[in-house]
Amino acid sequence: MSTPTRAPAAAPGIAPDQQRDRASGIGGNAARPDGTLKVTGQFAYGSDLWADDMLWGVTLRSPHPYARIRGVAVGEALATGGVFAVLTHADVPGKNRCGLEHSDQPVLAEDVVRYQGEPVALVAADHPEVALRAAKKIAVDYQVLDPVTEARAALAPGAPALHPDGNLVRHLKLRKGDPAASAEVVVTGCYQVGMQDQAFLGPEAGLAVPDGLGGVDLYVATQWLHVDQRQVCAALGLPPEQVRLTLAGVGGAFGGREDLSMHVHACLLALHTGKPIKMVYNREESFFGHVHRHPATMRYEHGASADGKLQYVRAEIYLDGGAYASSTPAVVGNAGTMGIGPYVVPNVHVDCYGAYTNNPPCGAMRGFGSVQTAFAYEAQMDKLAATLGMDPVELRCLNAMSLGSEAPTGQIVDSQAPVAELLDRVRKMPLPPARAGGIGGPSALAAQRHGQPAFDLRDLPGGVANTTHGEGVRRGIGYAVAYKNVGFSEGFDDYSTARVRLEVIGGEPVATVHTAAAEVGQGLVTVQQQICRTELGVDQVVIHPVNTQVGSGGSTSASRQTYVTGGAVRAACQAVAGQAVALAQRQLGRTIADLRLDGGQFVSAAEGTVASLAGVLGSDIIEETVEWRHRPTYPVDPETGQGFAHVQYAFAAHRAVVDVDTELGLVKVVELACAQDVGKAINPDAVLGQIQGGSAQGLGLAIMEEIQVSDGMIRNPSFTDYLIPTILDMPPMQIDVLEYPDPNAPYGLRGVGEPPTISSGPAVAAAIRAATGLELHRVPIRPEHITGSMPGPAP
Amino acid sequence: MEFLQPTSWTDALAAKAASPEAVPICGGTDLMVELNFDARRPAALLDLTKVADLAQWDIDDGSVRLGAGVSYARIITELSARLPGLAMAARTVGSPQIRNRGTVGGNLGTASPAGDAHPPLLAAAATVEAASVRGTRLIGIDEFFTGVKRNALAADELIAAVRIPLPVGPEQFSKIGTRNAMVIAVAAFAVALQPARKLVRTGIGSAAPTPRRAPAAEQFLAGALAEHDLWESRAELPGPLLDRFGDLVTAAAAPIDDVRGTAAYRLHALGVMARRTLAWAWRQYQSASPEGS
Repeated sequence: MSTPTRAPAAAPGIAPDQQRDRASGIGGNAARPDGTLKVTGQFAYGSDLWADDMLWGVTLRSPHPYARIRGVAVGEALATGGVFAVLTHADVPGKNRCGLEHSDQPVLAEDVVRYQGEPVALVAADHPEVALRAAKKIAVDYQVLDPVTEARAALAPGAPALHPDGNLVRHLKLRKGDPAASAEVVVTGCYQVGMQDQAFLGPEAGLAVPDGLGGVDLYVATQWLHVDQRQVCAALGLPPEQVRLTLAGVGGAFGGREDLSMHVHACLLALHTGKPIKMVYNREESFFGHVHRHPATMRYEHGASADGKLQYVRAEIYLDGGAYASSTPAVVGNAGTMGIGPYVVPNVHVDCYGAYTNNPPCGAMRGFGSVQTAFAYEAQMDKLAATLGMDPVELRCLNAMSLGSEAPTGQIVDSQAPVAELLDRVRKMPLPPARAGGIGGPSALAAQRHGQPAFDLRDLPGGVANTTHGEGVRRGIGYAVAYKNVGFSEGFDDYSTARVRLEVIGGEPVATVHTAAAEVGQGLVTVQQQICRTELGVDQVVIHPVNTQVGSGGSTSASRQTYVTGGAVRAACQAVAGQAVALAQRQLGRTIADLRLDGGQFVSAAEGTVASLAGVLGSDIIEETVEWRHRPTYPVDPETGQGFAHVQYAFAAHRAVVDVDTELGLVKVVELACAQDVGKAINPDAVLGQIQGGSAQGLGLAIMEEIQVSDGMIRNPSFTDYLIPTILDMPPMQIDVLEYPDPNAPYGLRGVGEPPTISSGPAVAAAIRAATGLELHRVPIRPEHITGSMPGPAP
Repeated sequence: MEFLQPTSWTDALAAKAASPEAVPICGGTDLMVELNFDARRPAALLDLTKVADLAQWDIDDGSVRLGAGVSYARIITELSARLPGLAMAARTVGSPQIRNRGTVGGNLGTASPAGDAHPPLLAAAATVEAASVRGTRLIGIDEFFTGVKRNALAADELIAAVRIPLPVGPEQFSKIGTRNAMVIAVAAFAVALQPARKLVRTGIGSAAPTPRRAPAAEQFLAGALAEHDLWESRAELPGPLLDRFGDLVTAAAAPIDDVRGTAAYRLHALGVMARRTLAWAWRQYQSASPEGS
């Protein structure tokens, strides 16, 4: 694995003292505080929670994608030995609704179920098996209805209304320039993206403990404690003081934990029985227990001049939101405002729709609307290049967004946007060697006597399954570029809260950071420690348990936590450091203009070390709580989509090299190269991890990951048939990390997590097209799409 | 659920006779998945991991007698040279953890059309040794698979071993999955050449209700090789011969559309795998000859 190229080194606009990198501070590869526990299997995840007198809660879910409920009989289930409670919607004391953006989803279904897997009833018992068996005894009288299973059909006149206000969740209109612009060269295409799952390894899990006073403490694996708390309070009819949430160990999230899962259910059972309730989904239930990535159908038309300058883009994007809104409005906002890619286009006309259907609910997943559109706009760029006879990278660079460009929303790109440089860098990276193997050579023949080829099958499509020794294999190279808004957009009040405390423990100065921001595996705990070490000059930094006893940290999503919670921690540290310096000066009895904290000492350029932090603090404790916001964004105009919608853009480019067995349709991704601008790598190793993991997730969507849904029913709710890349599918990567600081962001950083997920898949798809000569309109690209054994969607 | 754990083969057979509903478990790589998914709740489990004899293999009368409890990992490390076809299939089973636990006996017991061991066992003309308190009987592999996940075992029988004739010619195996490791077969194919007897055998997986051979393809190929003296000359196989073989293998299959692939793709892939594996096996046969390179 390559180390990142830390280019460019100089960071204009950033004060020199902020460039100072301590090994364990910002810019260093500090070790994760939870790393050893996780690697040695000792870390406690949500599914490991335990209370001695706890009961197990299970959920009865709808087997139908759309049905009326005529009755629910719980008597037999309730009479089962070991069962303590059987609850339905009638037992929800508050408002029986939840939802991230619209409160449209019942906690427990009332008279209708709108998707397969919708929760209908709950059981608490003294053993999980007893609870499961009792749940099967609940008799639900369903009147099965015909499901609406396609977004465009849901929005067509005459479609049955699945919700009171109809099936349109949001229609984003983006209008720039001449809507009827024409061009010398025009390419069109229709593209489809299948439903991807977050496939986090730690299933939904939590423990609700009643406090005996009518309130409840909920320990839960989640992405945003305070948005959970708001919804749980509403459903329970309790004030926030009586519903306290603490983050349990989270085994991955990727957007799939932004919505509630078992949160209210466990609290209901706990308050009803007076006992702690544990709920853990198994793998199959997990596929029904969280939202997925929106499937998309997208029609694009690109017009360019004969020399390749984009003249217009027109697009129509349909996102299937499934049964409930979740974050569909914001996903539509992203797909609509950013759906033509990081290119400068004078005339843009985009309609992006999010629809209710009876498919599984879709919401947040890493890349959030940008993943789907990138498959379409990058396929279009390749198609346009082919039509023009231009090199696809040249065409992209010719039209690339840069500092000062105007986005289709009218927003001026006001920090570095090195799109062309990123593409140029991945193009110039050395290519992997020519394919290993080959057929029929003398040494290969000798070695094949025992069925052992002279080459490693694992280097070929199909791997050890021995499908080719080189026959039918063709290599292809593809490029793609991503851009993604960082943080919450369109006027959302996006803030985080950090409480930092400085004290002396055992003679050593120790900082404690308390936030409600969820660590889900990405490394926020490490980043918080690094910021404290840099800002306070202390080595010991304790991460306080993450809970709702401090203000909201906002969601661990939108690549925003290092930016926003990092910004809050930095601001709190600066406030604490200011107080510490003031205390030192009071004790010294004089003012030293440049006095600051470093290495546990108060130091000044003129006087060197003047006092120790431990000595100055003594038994004093300094604590500051700061609510920190990034600069405001604004809603877009509802008719034109124009406005300052996004706080920051982040960019990445990928080159994919693939070998395709063109006769069998099997793919081996030989290498992925990525260049990404991260503004400032707070932890370079963690940045590489994000790029590698994000690239793997994008690769997965390109060639294998899909929740297959027929008539509203999930056909593959297991890791046997929902395939994610293995180590033999994910190739080595060359990674180039650029650091062009964003002057508006803390330390100049840019969000890192999502961009690589956006561009890796389209690069892989482009490489497969290059290898096969096929148009391939749909991802994931399945073997039968390549061999023609199944017709793809018509263009 | 009752849990029976005999420590000897005699006790195991007695337990199975007394509780014919007991489901044998060894590696558990199929059964535990069904239990975890709540797809199956057997009244009793018959744990065979304490029966030491089951995890042995030996060579007897020109065959490997492979105990039902020998893991795929051991087949790969201990039997790759003797049973190349089965070892190639074993390498494609699941993950290292699954290969450490899973057994050919379990594969035969489950009798899934997608079982990775089945095509090479069909191509190798293996024999299943079924035992009960009534005695032991041998079931030819061709008669073993009786329906989707059904086999020829009687309710009181357990699989003691599978007898696999030591190959007298090249064997090849190929399997399609939609990722490059840890995948259930979309389609699989095995071929074995027996030059001394001028015979060809095949096995098809995941493309019919049961694993099955492609008899017309075998007869065509054996006939064509004999007709053109190719066994003796070891000359290149003509393209049309490979194509015809592939077509006949395809014609022997009866696949369905499912979540793992379309029927049309399975048919197409079988034809490609049949042509390629035959070409590789023939090249091995050519290179094994005294006048080979």
